[in-house]
Amino acid sequence: MDIFAQQVINGLVLGSVYALVALGYTMVYGILGLINFAHGEVVMIGAMIALAVVSALLAVSPDMSPFTLILIASAAAILVCVFLAFLMERLAYRPLRNAPRLAPLITAIGISILLQNIAMIIWGRKYKMVPQIFPTETHEIFGASITSVQLFIVAISGVLMVGLLLVVHFTKLGRAMRATSESQRVAGLMGINVNKIISVTFMIGAALGAVAGILVAGNYSVAHYSMGFMLGLKAFTAAVLGGIGNLGGAVLGGLLLGLIESIGAGYIGNLTGGFLGSNYQDVFAFVVLIVVLVFRPTGIMGERVSERA
Amino acid sequence: MRLIAQQLLKKITSNKKALLLGYVLLFVALAVLPFLLSNTVGRTWVRILDFALIYAMLALGLNIVVGFAGLLDLGYIAFYAVGAYTWALLASPQFGLHLPFWAILPIGAGVAAIFGVLLGAPTLRLRGDYLAIVTLGFGEIIRIFLNNLDHPINVTNGPIGINKIDPISIGGVDLTRTHEWFGISFSGVHIYYYLLLALLIFTIVMCVRLENSRIGRAWLAIREDELAAQAMGINTRNIKLLAFALGATFGGVAGGLFASLQGFVSPESFGLLESIMVLCMVVLGGMGHVYGVLLGALLLSVLPEILRSTASPIQRAVFGDVYIDPEALRMLLFGLALIVVMLVRPTGLWPAPRRRTILDQDVDRD
Repeated sequence: MDIFAQQVINGLVLGSVYALVALGYTMVYGILGLINFAHGEVVMIGAMIALAVVSALLAVSPDMSPFTLILIASAAAILVCVFLAFLMERLAYRPLRNAPRLAPLITAIGISILLQNIAMIIWGRKYKMVPQIFPTETHEIFGASITSVQLFIVAISGVLMVGLLLVVHFTKLGRAMRATSESQRVAGLMGINVNKIISVTFMIGAALGAVAGILVAGNYSVAHYSMGFMLGLKAFTAAVLGGIGNLGGAVLGGLLLGLIESIGAGYIGNLTGGFLGSNYQDVFAFVVLIVVLVFRPTGIMGERVSERA
Repeated sequence: MRLIAQQLLKKITSNKKALLLGYVLLFVALAVLPFLLSNTVGRTWVRILDFALIYAMLALGLNIVVGFAGLLDLGYIAFYAVGAYTWALLASPQFGLHLPFWAILPIGAGVAAIFGVLLGAPTLRLRGDYLAIVTLGFGEIIRIFLNNLDHPINVTNGPIGINKIDPISIGGVDLTRTHEWFGISFSGVHIYYYLLLALLIFTIVMCVRLENSRIGRAWLAIREDELAAQAMGINTRNIKLLAFALGATFGGVAGGLFASLQGFVSPESFGLLESIMVLCMVVLGGMGHVYGVLLGALLLSVLPEILRSTASPIQRAVFGDVYIDPEALRMLLFGLALIVVMLVRPTGLWPAPRRRTILDQDVDRD
């Protein structure tokens, strides 16, 4: 039972990060119908910037309080990522809004490759160690242990997710975003500045992504120029699992995927009589995805899309 | 300029003799090309050309799925992997099997086709991006299995991969040795070039014939509007499965040739980035247009190699030192090229003349 509880906690921690990143994918998809392949790279840039700022600050004043340190680093990372998202949308996606569908997908892939290699040139190929800012305390819940960093991750992601849902459902901006995703043309006729809303959507997604990047780097204590790729892929999978374009679906999908992965990794050996080991954890996630999509082709919470008449 | 070229092309194509002459010239040029390359820039370039031909075959296979039938496949490299591993297992010391070329070719193609149907069957109801993510997952699953099937029973040799794959030998001619025919010495890479060229020409002919066939028109109908296609009496299930199977077959054969040319396979060659690379060839060249895809494949497989070999010397000549790692620079420019080409020509470099928006059924939301 202890192992199970432990895997559930690990899954929740992993899942809340997936959910944060998945929100970025799903928001953009909901409005533009575009898979923003570069979103994983934005997450990576967020982690890298925060790490660079922390290292620089620590070098200048080693006895700075951890909270100011992380606050400054996060602010810097979020600013850079938001600016990056703004540039991306303005320069690479907006001109292609009416182009054939695969064209923006290819530019997104291009941006992803570009960002990854720029990061590699700036920060090098080596794994970068994240300095231990917070003291690690381990807490006991239901016979499983959780570190303070992990608690922090779950709490922060929870707050951000609830905050986003509140913004989308109860503010003027949120209403404009929902209207734009329903129909850009009609939203425009209602006096909504569609371009601005799309731009803002990208930026909010990027800000969430930057935070997710910092959390991941803090959790594993390493950062690497290629860390965004797999994370982005998993998060996108989570978004599709939940029903892409649906905010609640992204959160649900993220948490589910995290749980499936960690529980699957813990038990797959026993289930298959030792035939498959924990290195098949990714297979597990993708098989679940395929099975879910076979029975619910638009994801768990996705709306049934009527066929084009 | 473009007008003149078009008129010239029209004049040539309308004149049967000129057309024939054009084909003969092209044929001679293609036949002489490897010797030209190996005598000027070195034999490595013939090898690069060999790989470019394999990529072209792969891209044409993906074009059937994405370009003709409009099914976005992000895990296409899985079939390439299946073909390569089938070949590797049947002709290497791994299991001690050494089947001849003519036996492995249909087996490899068949196994890949079966995998194509395996992927296609559960995804028939999915469309657009849901299909994309499932195919992506399928590709990853195949790669993870290849990476881990070294225990409890050693099938794929895990991350190390399979070594010492037999070279192709046709009619007693071993394709790795140098042969003397008509007083000209043909080295291994040259013979591979001719074999691959022949297979590629066969693939091109197949694709062009398919496109204009009953099946090709059915694919086009599904691509443009699946519901309407169904209403017209097209069995969309079978036709879609056929697209997956045929695309996979070409991928599988290309994979087998890759395995035998390279002599070894490892899961590393079949990552998601490779799938994306092939998709880029298709889209950049002009989705759904056989010659456009061919152009895209050749450009994207040869240009990066040229960059790889010239990046360092040029930097040294201009700045006096190598500032940016050539590998990073190559990918940097590749990413930039993708963005710029799509911004300037969203339909690809050489789109099909009769081309309507593909796969944009959900974009027009208003």
